[in-house]
Parts: sequence; structure tokens; C-alpha cells
Amino acid sequence: MTPHLVLRVVSKLLIPLIVVFGLYVHFHGDYSPGGGFQAGVIVAAAVILYALIFGIDSAKRAVPTWFVKFMAALGVLLFGGTGVASLILGANFLDYDVLHPDLAHHTGQHIGIILVELGVLSTVFSVMMAIFYAFAGRAPDIPEGEW
Amino acid sequence: MTEFDWTQLLDYALMGMLLAVGIAIVRLRNLFAAVMLMGVYSLLSAAWFVTLDAVDVAFTEAAVGAGISTVLMLAAMLLTAREAEPVKAIRHWAALIVVSVAGAALFYAVGDMPVYGDPNSPANSYVGMAYITSTPNEIAIPNVVTAVLASYRGFDTFGETVVIFAAGLGVMLLLGLNSGKKKGDEE
Repeated sequence: MTPHLVLRVVSKLLIPLIVVFGLYVHFHGDYSPGGGFQAGVIVAAAVILYALIFGIDSAKRAVPTWFVKFMAALGVLLFGGTGVASLILGANFLDYDVLHPDLAHHTGQHIGIILVELGVLSTVFSVMMAIFYAFAGRAPDIPEGEW
Repeated sequence: MTEFDWTQLLDYALMGMLLAVGIAIVRLRNLFAAVMLMGVYSLLSAAWFVTLDAVDVAFTEAAVGAGISTVLMLAAMLLTAREAEPVKAIRHWAALIVVSVAGAALFYAVGDMPVYGDPNSPANSYVGMAYITSTPNEIAIPNVVTAVLASYRGFDTFGETVVIFAAGLGVMLLLGLNSGKKKGDEE
């Protein structure tokens, strides 16, 4: 029932840390290397690790395919929506300065960048998951002898 | 000024390891080992990008090159054979000629490259310098890469996001995410 016990225990310890690190990379992207793209890939890597260890069916229960499709579209909408919001507020497309009245600290820029990167995170994570599901779902599980 | 820069030894070591891994990948027949070595290659390039202070690029290379693409290659390998077919010698020679000519052209171009970190190089002088000087006043975030990516060139990044979305859409339409069939039915 429990082959690869060490792998299971270690990955259960690691996966939450990987997800938290991914979120750190996203929300700290203004101050340190990283951003939405890297964060999306890191979070996707955490789920893929889960799928490799516990099987792709368990992963599809944790991150369902409808969620993947939804988040992929939502990311693009969030990015575009931020641009449209700045348009509605009377500035150019993706000109974030109007998003917040505090121009002295450029708070609007910070909000805009975080929102836009959140869109990138959502789309990149979902597309990575979609590609993984599409390819890995076609193969039978890894045979015992090949671990 | 004439003091020896020890960090270039690190560069040479990383370059040598990249070359060794590259040759090993070409010579290997076992696809599993080749995929793993490609992951190693990506990780070595990421380390090399770090020594060049391109931390954001290194980050992406480590996450995408060593992480995701290795897993995708492994998943693709499960669908196919584990060993590569032997290739005819004539095709090796053709490939070697192409690689040699391209490599010679690149080495010929090295002489015209600006010195590493040259502030007057084209990449650093015009718009790059403008971004570096105006980011603290206009965006007020420390990471200039994020400022350029998300704000100054937000339109480009939007395009990239749409491209990624389109790629995922294509894969979903062609292969499907939950095809209903239980896996292993065909075999």
C-alpha cells in the first residue's frame, strides 16, 4: 500500500514549503528576483511533485481540471482587466498610476504590478498544470521497476 | 588593476562542466539519462547566470529548464521507448558541420561584443539606462527587472501571458485534460 515511504514523507514535508516559497517569490517580486512567472512555475512544480509521488488521480482531486481551465482564463482576464481599469479611470492602458491616489509613494504602481503579476502567476501555473495533465494523463503510471 | 580575478575561474569551471554535460547528452543512447543530464545542464546554466548577476534569468532557468521541462520530458518518455535509435554516421557529420560553422561565426562575433558590464554598451546606454535612472522616481520599487517587466513593458508582458494562455489552450484542445477514458485502455 505504501511503496516509496521515504519519498512520500519527504514530499509531504516539502510541498507546503515549495508552495509558500512560490508565493514569497510572487509577493516579494518587487524587492527581490522573481515575479509571477517564476512563482507560477514553482507552485506548478509543487503540484507536479505531488502528482509524481501520489499519482495523477490524487493530483486531479487536489487541483481539478476545471480549476486549471478557470484559472488560466482568469489570469489573462486579471491582467487585461487591470489595463481596462486604468483605461476607465482616465489613463492609458496598463498605466497604473491612476489606480491609487497616493502618487507620492507610487502606490498605484505597486498595486498594478502585484495585480498584473497575479494574473501571470495564475495563467502560468494553470498552463503548466494543463500541459502536465495532458501529457502525463496519457501514460500509464510509472511501473514499479522503473523507479 | 592587474590583480587576478578569481571569479573567472568559476566561469571557466561552469563552462567546462556545461561542455562536458553537452557532449555526454549527445553521446548517450539512454533517454532517461539524457533527460536527467539536460536538467543538470539547465541547473549549471542557471548557476552561470547567477555569476553574471542575471538572477531573474537564473531563477527562470532553474524553475523552467531544470524543473518543469525535465518532468514534461519524463512524461513524454513514458509514452515512447527508453533507448534512442542509432543514427547513421552521415547525419552526424552533417550536424557537426552545421554546429562548427555556427560556432565559428559566433566566435568571430565575440570580438565585436562589448566588455561585460560596459556602461557604454548599446544594451546599457539608451533605454536600459533610462529605466535604471527613472525607476526609483517613477515606480519606486527596488527590483528594476520587475518594474520594466510589469510596468514599463506591461503591454509586452500581457502579450506573453496571452501567448502562454494560447499555448495551454492549444494543448487542452488537442490532447484534452480529462478524456473520460480510463488510462491504459488502449494497451
